[in-house]
Amino acid sequence: MHKNKLLVLSALLIVAILLGACGQKEEAVVEEPAAEEAVVEEAAPAEKIKVAFIYIGQPGDLGYTYEHERGRLMLQEALGDQIETITVPDVPEGADAEKAIRDVVEAGAKIVFTTSYGYMDPTATVAAEYPDVIFEHCSGYLTAENMANYFGRIEQPRYLSGIVAGSMTEANFIGYVAAFPIPEVVRGINSFTLGVKSVNPDATVHVVWTNTWYDPVIEREAAVALLDEGADIIAQHQDTTEPQKAAQEAGMMSIGYDSDMAQFVGDSVLTSPMWNWGVYYISTVQAVLDGTWVSHSYWGGMADNVVMLADFSPLVPDEVKALVETQKAAFIDGSDDAFCGPVYNQAGELVVAEGECLSDADQLSMNWFVEGVVGTIPAE
Amino acid sequence: MNEAFVLSILVITIRAGTSLLYATFGAILTERSGIQNLGVEGIMMVGAAASFAAAYHSNSAWLGLLTAVLVGVILGCIHAFLTITLRAEQVVCGLAMTIFGTGLASFMGQRLGPGNSTMVGLQGPAFERIGIPFLRDIPYVGEALFNQDILVYLLYLLIPVIWIFIYKTRQGLELRAVGENPQAIDALGMNVTKTRFTYTVLGAIFMAVAGAHLSLGYLQGWADNITGGRGWIAIALVIFSTWNPLRAVLGALLFGGINALQFRLQAAGTTLPSSFLNMLPYIVTILVLVLITWAERRARRLGTPTALGIPFVREEKK
Repeated sequence: MHKNKLLVLSALLIVAILLGACGQKEEAVVEEPAAEEAVVEEAAPAEKIKVAFIYIGQPGDLGYTYEHERGRLMLQEALGDQIETITVPDVPEGADAEKAIRDVVEAGAKIVFTTSYGYMDPTATVAAEYPDVIFEHCSGYLTAENMANYFGRIEQPRYLSGIVAGSMTEANFIGYVAAFPIPEVVRGINSFTLGVKSVNPDATVHVVWTNTWYDPVIEREAAVALLDEGADIIAQHQDTTEPQKAAQEAGMMSIGYDSDMAQFVGDSVLTSPMWNWGVYYISTVQAVLDGTWVSHSYWGGMADNVVMLADFSPLVPDEVKALVETQKAAFIDGSDDAFCGPVYNQAGELVVAEGECLSDADQLSMNWFVEGVVGTIPAE
Repeated sequence: MNEAFVLSILVITIRAGTSLLYATFGAILTERSGIQNLGVEGIMMVGAAASFAAAYHSNSAWLGLLTAVLVGVILGCIHAFLTITLRAEQVVCGLAMTIFGTGLASFMGQRLGPGNSTMVGLQGPAFERIGIPFLRDIPYVGEALFNQDILVYLLYLLIPVIWIFIYKTRQGLELRAVGENPQAIDALGMNVTKTRFTYTVLGAIFMAVAGAHLSLGYLQGWADNITGGRGWIAIALVIFSTWNPLRAVLGALLFGGINALQFRLQAAGTTLPSSFLNMLPYIVTILVLVLITWAERRARRLGTPTALGIPFVREEKK
């Protein structure tokens, strides 16, 4: 009997420890900046509006979610006296997302940013149930009276990073570690390659598909294969820094993505096309506060500063920087876009004639490679 | 195929395959004793997180490895206590361990960096590659086999040791017998519970070390979800290798090698569809191991430890 009691006791102890650990994690989930409390004491007039962010990963992933988090912090900084923000990290796409979105609305959120493609249908479902709440979905296409969508033309900074890579490759062999063969990724590869070709017609961009968004081991292996095959610069469309680290260890250079990856890897990262969501979050929330918000589909470029190019590595020569600045100015004043002609496809056929630009609809459904890309898009 | 090509494929196969093989060995030892542990993924993840945190703060990769061993002991004891002492359903316990381990590791990753911040992006001490004189000059394979980190060399030693242990020693016989027929072992006066406990904990140590090789050897850093499902591949390898460590080595080499090869084909600009290439490692590994097993099954009976997953209940003394 005594032995049994001991067993039950120790089982309870383990459960208590596990619950303790889980409990701590729950606390970590809802973050409210400490600085805010002080503001509440002195002001405290009207109740603050709650703004919620649903994240696919952890804010500390240094990639996609990290950038949305940076945007949230900018929002908090700018409008912290009128709003408060809630975040829910690690929300899987699909049915769980619907629950997470409904939870933040029940908790009083008046504006909800759902930051991943797979949240589109769940967002639309919940938006239909709560007409008084405003929903903003990132990277999709659905809209409703109270639901807008938003994304950025990351193709423009990608094109600029292509200029850097094309100018600096000596092997004329650039590797590109790519996630999934979907239009968003294909668009990135194409605009990067057009940038490369604009300064170096001899260089080619070799694509390796990993079929993962986030797998450190696989992404490193793919980068190593490209380096072994002769690449001297590695670009990528993934959510980890592993391709960059692999290039650095092999003594080669790389182009980052999502965030300024040079911070985490070093000077071998020449530059990174990156997001700058804060600009959009501030203007959108301000519009809601002013009562001027209407549903929309937003696809902003470098002119809005919602996408940008990270600072250059000291390895990038001044004349290359000058080339980038010239092109950047053209993107910003709208006189050029990443997909303005002449653009040729892999077979060498003219797809976009000189003086014309590819329409947004054609860019959003892009499923062909431009000349200079070595690789194939799997047929659907 | 020239020498440099073969070499580079082999280098990456061994570097990326080491953690997979540690995990597979861990699962083989556990399952041979009749205990199923589906917590491989979770234990690897906690091993990777804890060992990197310890190595980072102590500035010693060896202390990191020691921490991984400790993680293995603790998580192994929890699984053993639940499945052996309390006779809980082993599959459920293993799955719970994976869910718990994944969450715990992610939590540690967010908090165990400098000043309670994230560990992502940190660079810490690592097991660097050490070339072995003379051996690394062997043509074709020398540079791939003998310019690796210390955990890879340890694995080379473990391959024959584990095989001899399982098939040629008295303890190995006891281990196999406990997994096949625990009642008989008990009747012989040996302690089934103790044996199962020992190998469940030992197996978990291997799994945690597998995680440590990711964060201290291969990737040299922490990233959320660092194992990316490798724990499940290890479990599949155990089954396809029919609980035989040598065949597990073959499976891991095949799996890793073909994966490295398909990336090289893509990098070189092959016209084969990439979705087919990404699938190839899984198909070939499964096919080859199934064929071997089928051939052997015709010769004699082999396979799953008979008592796998069945809690041992001692008969009442009369």
